[in-house]
Amino acid sequence: MFYDLIASLVNGVLVGAIYGLAAIGLTLIFGVMNVINLMHGATIALGMFALYFLVTAAGLNPYLSIPVVLAGGFVFGVGVYWIAVHRVIGGSDLMTLLATFAVNMIIIGIGTAVWSTSPYNVDVSVPQLTASLHGYTIPGTQLVAAALAVILAGLLYAFLYYTRLGKAIRAVANNRQAAELMGINTQWVLAISFGIGIAVAAAAGLLIATLFPFTILSGANYELKSFVVVVLGGLGDPAGALLGGILLGLIEGVSAPFVDVSWTPVIEFTLFVLILVLFPKGLLRFGRGKR
Amino acid sequence: MILKRPTLWIILLIAAAFALIPAVTGDIALRESLLLGAVYIILASNLNLMIGYTAYVNFGNIAFFGLGGYIGLYVVNTLHWSLWPACLIAGCVVSLLALVLGSGILRLRGAYFALATIGVNEAVKAFVTNFQPFGGASGMYLSFSSFNALGGARHALWLAYFAMIALMALSMILSLVIKRSRFGLGLFAIREDEDAAQVLGVKAPLYKSLTYAASAFIPAMAGTIYFFKNGVILPEQAFDLTLSIEAIVMLMLGGQGTVLGVALGAFAYEQFRGYLLVSSTFSQFQLVVAGILLLLIVLFLPEGFMGWVYRRVPRLRKVIE
Repeated sequence: MFYDLIASLVNGVLVGAIYGLAAIGLTLIFGVMNVINLMHGATIALGMFALYFLVTAAGLNPYLSIPVVLAGGFVFGVGVYWIAVHRVIGGSDLMTLLATFAVNMIIIGIGTAVWSTSPYNVDVSVPQLTASLHGYTIPGTQLVAAALAVILAGLLYAFLYYTRLGKAIRAVANNRQAAELMGINTQWVLAISFGIGIAVAAAAGLLIATLFPFTILSGANYELKSFVVVVLGGLGDPAGALLGGILLGLIEGVSAPFVDVSWTPVIEFTLFVLILVLFPKGLLRFGRGKR
Repeated sequence: MILKRPTLWIILLIAAAFALIPAVTGDIALRESLLLGAVYIILASNLNLMIGYTAYVNFGNIAFFGLGGYIGLYVVNTLHWSLWPACLIAGCVVSLLALVLGSGILRLRGAYFALATIGVNEAVKAFVTNFQPFGGASGMYLSFSSFNALGGARHALWLAYFAMIALMALSMILSLVIKRSRFGLGLFAIREDEDAAQVLGVKAPLYKSLTYAASAFIPAMAGTIYFFKNGVILPEQAFDLTLSIEAIVMLMLGGQGTVLGVALGAFAYEQFRGYLLVSSTFSQFQLVVAGILLLLIVLFLPEGFMGWVYRRVPRLRKVIE
């Protein structure tokens, strides 16, 4: 029983790191431009399919396809920003929500027509790294995926805090008008931030696809999880999102041995609504409402 | 006086047309299509109370419909009550739940509220999927004897149809009454500037909670009738987040904040969707076309069809609300 719990906790943390990475994409976009990106799930699904085609058709190593997906996601994100989001930014919440949701519908619609909703699977294994724990084995792919998620999050953090462009992004997040007055081209900063958010979400989708089978609709599930994570960590806070992801993984891990798996979403979403109402600035930010 | 409003008479005319045309022609396929149209009008009109009047984006509006269906079917199936009291019970219970829930989540504003409503829908769905009295993941099937109480299946289906049309008319009348009342004025004030409205004496928290509860009542009853007619209810259909968001598309299409525009948007969307589903070229791409349509409305016509009409003929603002 005790080792059951330990194994399930380790498992939770490892998956949680990837939840965290996915949520960073969502929270970055919200933090910078105050847009809740409802095409997040579709982006994650696209990342999954990108892995499938890069590995099966192009024969690339699954982990080496990450830079390709990051670059592709960035270009795609910037494109979507100029087409769908640019016109409605700064308007009412409803408009930005609907604009991103419309893109989501288009992607899911095309994806369903092209790839159907049947499951796909990419065979990835890293036997050298497989760890075992009193009869439980932790697959190497999980360790690698979690490590890569943390590394990517770290790189993004370094980018935001130690480069000029990162500084510009943070300035725009803080106060768009003031940033504009300081000579920052805010339109481009918004487009770039959107691109980075999309790229990160796609990379998270790729990492998830190395672990589990997926369909074009799988992204929706991870989108909902990202919302929970983002709320746990505080909307608009990338470092909080990673911690929130690991926290969500822990919650799933702790509850797994005790309650039936089908009850986990009940716990998650109840928690989600409660935290949103009681601590709208996130659980990890102490002192309610302070920023 | 509400009776002097031309809009009221237009609503009654529409309802009469909906009820009479299939009844006279006996066209079952047309009846089914109009029933779906009525459901869409009910969902969009009640959602309009939140989004169009109060500017609170509710993504989880479908939870009322699904939960109403579950409660109603449970009452019919397990307690062996007739459909009509079951319907009323579903409406009251869901409304009360919405009132309690609303007083909590309506403290959030803007995007935070929208997120919370997605959470509510998913939490309710996940709960119902696990709740054994409601059949869990495999849903609830209506026993055939329930139809006998209403004079056999054929008769029961027609009765369900007329009840749905009545609910459709009620939804639109409710929208009109609220729009032309002091209460509605308070809601519009909240929509423009909630803080200013509060300073001027609008009890915003109370108003918002009441609106949230009111927007739950008729959809819950419609849910009971709809799933009674289907004879089966499953969590996936009952809490379909996509339908919830499609309802937003409908009210945007017609013009948020209007009464007849929203109904027109819902009806047009239903017809359009039906057309896409049967056409050989588009049936695969129904979602894509709907998505492109939504994007175009959001980007170029945010005030919807009625907004466009009002700009052309300002005098219509008074006649067609």
